[in-house]
Amino acid sequence: MNFNLRLTAGLVAALATSGVLAEITVGVSIASTGPQASLGVHYRNAFELMPKTLGGEPVRYIVLDNASDATNAARNARKLVSEDKVDVLMGSNGVPATLAMAQVATESKTPLVTLSPVGLPADNVNWTFIVPQPTELMMDAVARDIKKRNLKTLGYIGFSDGWGDLVLKASESHAASAGYRIVTNERYARNDTSVVGQVLKIIAANPDGVIVGGSGTGGALPQIALRERGFKGPIYHNHGTVNAEFIKVGGKYADGAIAPTGPVVVADELPAGYATKALGMDFMKRYEAKFNLGRNAFAAYSYDAVLLVDAAAQVALKKARPGTPEFRAALRDALENVKDVVGTHAVYTMTPANHNGMDERARVLVEVRDGQWRLMK
Amino acid sequence: MSFDIALWLAQDGITNGAIYALLALALLLVFTVTRIIFVPQGEFISYAALSLALLQAGRLPGTVFVLVIGGLVAALFDGVIAIREKAYRRLPRILALYVLLPASMAAITWWAAPQKLALWLQVLIVLGLVVPLGPILYRVAYQPLASASVLVLFIVSMAAHYVLTGLGLVFFGGEGLRAPPFSDAQFKVGVLSITAQSLWVIFASLFIVVLLWLLFDRTLYGKALRATAVNRVGARLVGIPTGLSGSLAFTLAAFIGAVSGILIAPITTIYYDTGFLIGLKGFVGAILGGMGSYPLAALGALALGMLESFSSFWASAFKEVIVFTIIIPVLVWRSLTSHHPVEDEEE
Repeated sequence: MNFNLRLTAGLVAALATSGVLAEITVGVSIASTGPQASLGVHYRNAFELMPKTLGGEPVRYIVLDNASDATNAARNARKLVSEDKVDVLMGSNGVPATLAMAQVATESKTPLVTLSPVGLPADNVNWTFIVPQPTELMMDAVARDIKKRNLKTLGYIGFSDGWGDLVLKASESHAASAGYRIVTNERYARNDTSVVGQVLKIIAANPDGVIVGGSGTGGALPQIALRERGFKGPIYHNHGTVNAEFIKVGGKYADGAIAPTGPVVVADELPAGYATKALGMDFMKRYEAKFNLGRNAFAAYSYDAVLLVDAAAQVALKKARPGTPEFRAALRDALENVKDVVGTHAVYTMTPANHNGMDERARVLVEVRDGQWRLMK
Repeated sequence: MSFDIALWLAQDGITNGAIYALLALALLLVFTVTRIIFVPQGEFISYAALSLALLQAGRLPGTVFVLVIGGLVAALFDGVIAIREKAYRRLPRILALYVLLPASMAAITWWAAPQKLALWLQVLIVLGLVVPLGPILYRVAYQPLASASVLVLFIVSMAAHYVLTGLGLVFFGGEGLRAPPFSDAQFKVGVLSITAQSLWVIFASLFIVVLLWLLFDRTLYGKALRATAVNRVGARLVGIPTGLSGSLAFTLAAFIGAVSGILIAPITTIYYDTGFLIGLKGFVGAILGGMGSYPLAALGALALGMLESFSSFWASAFKEVIVFTIIIPVLVWRSLTSHHPVEDEEE
């Protein structure tokens, strides 16, 4: 599946006005088929709503599918770099695929804007910029709510994989400052049929609240089991759980589930004057009008990645022409120094030490009310 | 651990174990009749559960396409053979079984999906969609190799499993679904509250155990099926249609899988690949029971459900490890105590 959005019209216009061929090429690899497709389609769809120029120059987006496979992601990245001579890489949903692309980005000295939150070894970060919120930033919102409610002991139940570890680690990193203690570490698999044993153990430990380290509909199983067994305290999820399917599967038991997410998901409910409100609302409106797939955070990550490149391209175009190694290096330098770039998820300010560039405005807490994810007041 | 918690865990273990028992029975049935280790058994669960959940949401389940396309392939196989052998009288039956039946089931489903019919009608539709997949799968994947060794048949099973899981991902998507419960009724017994749904699961398992045991030990037809398993050539010599027995075993297996899927759809979140893990645990249960007797296989599966429930309380991170490691001591013990018949080798 390879659809080129060749913007010939834009190209002709550029030739007519300047007489110089200066087209920016963006190479994208996303898991739009395979097990990660339920998120991947959102990332991909967003590219049909992208601006037609970056930094004032016409742009060509090449969107490839990596079928939820890290090897394919690396192959796609190599092809985009060597055959299409892309100026910037973007991708992927799924951490292993993104790590594979980061490797190629470093080797080929091409900037990569990632669409999933990855932790990278120091030597790879130089060419890689990370759009989504780090898990620590997200769970910080949860930790503050725990502090506000004065909860002292929290039960933890998460996936028995890297994601479960990551959410636990992020939750523990804020434990001291927010004054709580995590008292259980229960694990389950996404396709387990029952979590009764784990939930009984949590209830036996009698915690004030529970943190769930699942994702998507996988977060529903503990939510339902805890409520069925009469657990009354708050249940905190993470940003991986915020989608419409979670509520569908959770039914009446989903009510009151709390999770952190990017502000774009509830853009219309944000207080007036919130930095990302206007842009977020505009994008969500266009996205829902075109695809009707429900509110989610994922399409907006693709959009923010392009906005970042747009801001950086304005600087880089002054130094070199697209399609050259000099331009790629200039683009990397410019990305590293973007300041106060307003996106749909966050206001980005990058530094050489911080290739994510988000602050507290990049996350809000939402809860399930009346069958929808709503901003928590 | 208090006594209350132990009771709760036991209840959870029995409910899960009952599902594993159903799967263990289906696996044992297929194995004894056809010598096939039927890895894709679990896929019937996912297909049935997801189809039911989609029907209840008023959407057309993708099972329809799998059924129609599978039926066409099976008809092509049989049709080519019939034409080559100039046995044209067989053609109407082939068309009726592999083309007409799936197509009419698809048409009914297509009509019924937006209607949101009563639950029992939807259950019937799901059975009508999933059960024919059994004989179709047997015809397409296994029948041409029916007399191959256990190992070859096992490899075919792996391939069929990957194909069916892949199709499940394409047609149902990567996110899980859950069906609303059949009834919200709950019964208070001491500290426990038992849901009507879990009673359904347990009674359905008991019913099928007894049924299969009667079929294979008390009826001539069941004995004929067993004879096919022991010696295909011998069974044919005494007049047993061996091709038909495989097809029948698969129909029964698909029926049991579909029933299990319908029973657990309201209890848990089902993904396109959930069935495989349940099937695998059913397989471990059947091995615990010695891969020979239906009541023992059911008991083995029940014990496995208990083990899983208690280990998810004590050491949830190692639950799968514990559940699948149990197979090693059992195999060692069995190979030490039983003499080894070599009936599975090439004749």
